[in-house]
Amino acid sequence: MVFLRALAIAAGMVLFATASSSQELKIGLSAEPSAMDPHYHNLTPNNSLLSHVFERLIATDEKQRLLPGLAESWKVVGDTVWEFKLRQNVKWHDGSPFTADDVIFTFQRAPNVPNSPSSFAGGVKGKTVTKVDDHTIRISTEAVAPTLPNDVATIMIVSKKHGEGAKTEDYNSGKAAIGTGPYKFTKFTPGDRIEFERNDAYWGAKPKWTKLLFKPIPAGPARVAALLAGDVDMIEDTPTADIERLKKDPKVQLSQGISNRLIYLFVDHARDVTPFAKAKDGAETKNPFKDKRVRQAVNKAINRDAIVARVMEGVAVPAGQFLPDGYFGISDKLKPVAFDAAGAKKLLEEAGFANGFKLTLHTPNGRYINDAKIAEAVAQMLTRAGIETSLEALQPSVFFTRASQGGPNNTPEFSFILVGWSSGTGENSGSLVPLVNTFDRAKGTGTANRGRYSNPEVDQISAEALRTNDDTKRAALLAKATEIAIEDVALIPLHYQVNTWAARKGLSYKARSDEFTLATDVTEK
Amino acid sequence: MSLTDSDAKIDAREPATSLAAVETPFSRFVADYFESRIATGALAVLVLIICLALLAPLLAPQNPYNLAEVDVLDSRLPPASVGMAGYTYWLGTDGAGRDLLSAILYGLRISLLVGVASCLIATVIGAVIGLTAAYAGGRVENLLMRLVDLQLSLPAILIALILIAMLGKGVDKVIIALVTVQWAYYARTVRGTALAELNKEYVEAARCLGFSHTRIVFKQILPNCLPPLIVVATIQAAHAIALEATLSFLGVGLPRTEPSLGLLISNGFEYMLSGKYWISFIPGVVLLITIMAINLVGDQLRDVLNPRLKR
Amino acid sequence: MTAYLLRRLMQTAVVVMVMSVIVFFGVHVIGDPVWLLVNPQMDQRDIEAAVRALGLDRPIWEQYVYFVRGALQGDLGRSFIFGEPALTVIVQRMPATLELAVAALVMAIVIGIPLGLYAGLKPQHALSKIIMAGSIVGFSLPTFWVGLMLIMVFAVMLGWLPSTGRGPTATYFGITSSAFTLEGLRYLFLPALNLALLKISLVIRLTRAGARESLQQDYIKFARAKGLTHGRIVRVHLLKNILIPVVTVLGLEFGNLIAFSVVTETIFAWPGMGKLLIGAIQTLDRPVIVAHLIIIVLLFVVINLVVDVLYTVLDPRVRVARQTA
Repeated sequence: MVFLRALAIAAGMVLFATASSSQELKIGLSAEPSAMDPHYHNLTPNNSLLSHVFERLIATDEKQRLLPGLAESWKVVGDTVWEFKLRQNVKWHDGSPFTADDVIFTFQRAPNVPNSPSSFAGGVKGKTVTKVDDHTIRISTEAVAPTLPNDVATIMIVSKKHGEGAKTEDYNSGKAAIGTGPYKFTKFTPGDRIEFERNDAYWGAKPKWTKLLFKPIPAGPARVAALLAGDVDMIEDTPTADIERLKKDPKVQLSQGISNRLIYLFVDHARDVTPFAKAKDGAETKNPFKDKRVRQAVNKAINRDAIVARVMEGVAVPAGQFLPDGYFGISDKLKPVAFDAAGAKKLLEEAGFANGFKLTLHTPNGRYINDAKIAEAVAQMLTRAGIETSLEALQPSVFFTRASQGGPNNTPEFSFILVGWSSGTGENSGSLVPLVNTFDRAKGTGTANRGRYSNPEVDQISAEALRTNDDTKRAALLAKATEIAIEDVALIPLHYQVNTWAARKGLSYKARSDEFTLATDVTEK
Repeated sequence: MSLTDSDAKIDAREPATSLAAVETPFSRFVADYFESRIATGALAVLVLIICLALLAPLLAPQNPYNLAEVDVLDSRLPPASVGMAGYTYWLGTDGAGRDLLSAILYGLRISLLVGVASCLIATVIGAVIGLTAAYAGGRVENLLMRLVDLQLSLPAILIALILIAMLGKGVDKVIIALVTVQWAYYARTVRGTALAELNKEYVEAARCLGFSHTRIVFKQILPNCLPPLIVVATIQAAHAIALEATLSFLGVGLPRTEPSLGLLISNGFEYMLSGKYWISFIPGVVLLITIMAINLVGDQLRDVLNPRLKR
Repeated sequence: MTAYLLRRLMQTAVVVMVMSVIVFFGVHVIGDPVWLLVNPQMDQRDIEAAVRALGLDRPIWEQYVYFVRGALQGDLGRSFIFGEPALTVIVQRMPATLELAVAALVMAIVIGIPLGLYAGLKPQHALSKIIMAGSIVGFSLPTFWVGLMLIMVFAVMLGWLPSTGRGPTATYFGITSSAFTLEGLRYLFLPALNLALLKISLVIRLTRAGARESLQQDYIKFARAKGLTHGRIVRVHLLKNILIPVVTVLGLEFGNLIAFSVVTETIFAWPGMGKLLIGAIQTLDRPVIVAHLIIIVLLFVVINLVVDVLYTVLDPRVRVARQTA
């Protein structure tokens, strides 16, 4: 064992025997994109990778702030109409010019890709695109839509010429994968690699790397090993277990950035008797979470600093609301709840649970960074506080099916879950409305409200915010609704994830809050 | 592991000559066994491992399944560190703050339980099916043996993998899956031996005396099938333990709060590169020693119980 | 022979039927992949649309009937994740797995037979004892743990070989393989060794046992009496007889190699069918799981059949036995 430790230390010295050829960049991905069709699957691995080939009307920077993309500018021209000026002299990879027709075609195609498991319908819905001239379009909506630019910033524009009649297979083979982006599609070998080459006719800043090679390496340690062995130049989603060691490694450069992903606990607010909370002797009991004091007790029993330090190895930030500092519409009053074991016990006593109760915490295993390990720590902490918590870690596909609709009449099944959420729009309404607004299929609110929290006041203020075009007023309303929900312990925030990219020395990456890995943001020092 | 399967296959191809006519008295068998120093050592190690596993609740400084005793603040401590509760973690702690020594002792229990339980159940099922086939003959035998061939022609690991994925996590479910993929080995072995026994005079004699079928099968034939059955069972137990570890590694199998050795290795895998070798390495060595000891014992049993291979 | 083949075919059809039913309904019971597939931001109506797009809104028996109807025409359904036919998705990854399995098989033969022969011919020699001890360790080692150790030592610490993935490929005689390029071989070595480890031990022990048994048989004694050299006896007479069981067992094991590559591919990020299956199980990509199993069953049937036929051809005793039986 001493021998092994010596080897482990020696390992640091033989890294990067083969530095890659000067201008090719090899990146190890944590998840494989499912297709090369930018409208097939609205999920981060696809959206991130295809951003090299395709572009959006509105781009976003590393903090998800909006930037001009294929549109040079946009403005409100009526309560429900926005006008976009498109960039001139942009060429598709085949040399044909980019025009308003491509945008109109894209908005027709995006929601209608056959077999799409997760379409872009959400971003396109309720929007009518009309052409003013070749480089001006107008988008009109049914109601006031202050977050319209955020929606538009999710849709990648495809060429009408190549995209008409094209199926997902045609994009995978490269036939239709013609974009305007800084890189051209060369080859997609499913399960193995994706290759791009530089688009020398790119309208923007000339990309640095002539060739890109992406290798999906889902196992975390294998990804780190690939970096250390010099097989790849950079990896995304560096496992927290390796960060401490990589930090000390002179051959490795880390880039870290706080993400907009909140890890939190959700309790069952709806049912009077909840299946996974039992009295100490196993008998049925009333749902303890209906009592606000129990929710507060749970909140206080959790030592967020310990989770961040020991489970996340320092690579996370304790959370007190839905989004970290700097995001639009958050409250500046809310801070993470401090660990207070005595306070938690006292609250439990007041609520009539002096002897505590039995609880099962359900968590996905492998969906978020260290998810099951965090849940294990939470279960330890609650058990010590008197709530005897057992843990059930499920594979994510099973977890989400059951957590969303496993109960009778497709209601959420569990009593107490660990989940994560990131605001898709990059501002607070993207968290507030899906998480703590009342679940309403028709209105499309409370989509991810798996605790079925319902508070008319929060609903009403959120709705008002979404009708307000004035940014300052809207921000204040969103902050107020957040404060009400958090004060009522609608959910129990744990921490915000911090994403870590690791690259060989000499490379640096501009860490992004949306977890995208973009070769265009990799620079050489 | 697969080695043993194939050996068994070869043995079964010639049931008439192999593993038959074992009537060495027990003392002779014991003497034969202890002839080999390696096998003696292996048996000693195996006995020690079983004792450790049985006595785990008394020996282990911590109950690793009681979450109130496990503290995440103590996670990833190297061997011989002193934790918050005041006692020393002689083998260090894992990612959740579990004392690794305790976790290994308890994990050993689960691994052995899975190995032994799946083995016993599979033995019973296999013996009943094998005996039935041999004794009944004809269509019944044909059908049963076709089933056995079928089961043996499918890849154990894939069947177990998919079965557990469908059943969910838990010790009982792992055992079900392991029994499903293993019973056929026993059935084939028992049938082979039983067929050879059926042709012998003592069975003929028992029939003439008018003994019932049950009595002939269980009192006359079964005891004679035991030696090869024991050999197969030993080797399959090692196989079962390794298979359980592999399944846990692949993410199906046991719940993470009650880890077996395989799950401990799997959970420690992520710390391998960061120099925290003990989380994965030590359980790996324990697993290796356990499987090796069982295999060595099984090997010697085979040699001793099989006259054909006598030196 | 025809009757025999026909019966095997019937059996296979039944197995495939039964397995597809069990897996189809079994996976349905665990859950569906929709919640992993959809973007979390999508609202309830969009999620329901996604469910419809995958055909998961239909009752399960209706989905099964639909599947069977497709399967009879060679269509095993579309992967929920990749949107392409499940068969295509699997066949795309098949060469990588076959390449790995063949490489492991070759390794097992090239390393296993000489070592086993040595141990069998000189059983009392110290080296033989080391070889046999090694073979016990070899088949006691859990494959996944060895894989981790191999990466640790050869890729990370020593930096000699790449840690994961498959190297560049080249095409000769219509076969595309990474074994045809030098760089590709570097990538192939560790995973193939990992997969071969068990089989090397197996071959060593089979060869040794065969050698020991044959040495005592009359034809060897006759050969000796005839005055043939030791080398010639081993090469011509002994080896020929030992090879029969070794070839048979290895043939049967080839299927197991393919099955067991699930573990090796997972550790080494080898882009083959095994890794695909693990991914499909995690995401509940039912069409891929079902199609994968069907392909594996068919593969096993073919392998067993080929081995059976080869066995008959190689060993005259079996041929006679079968004719008289």
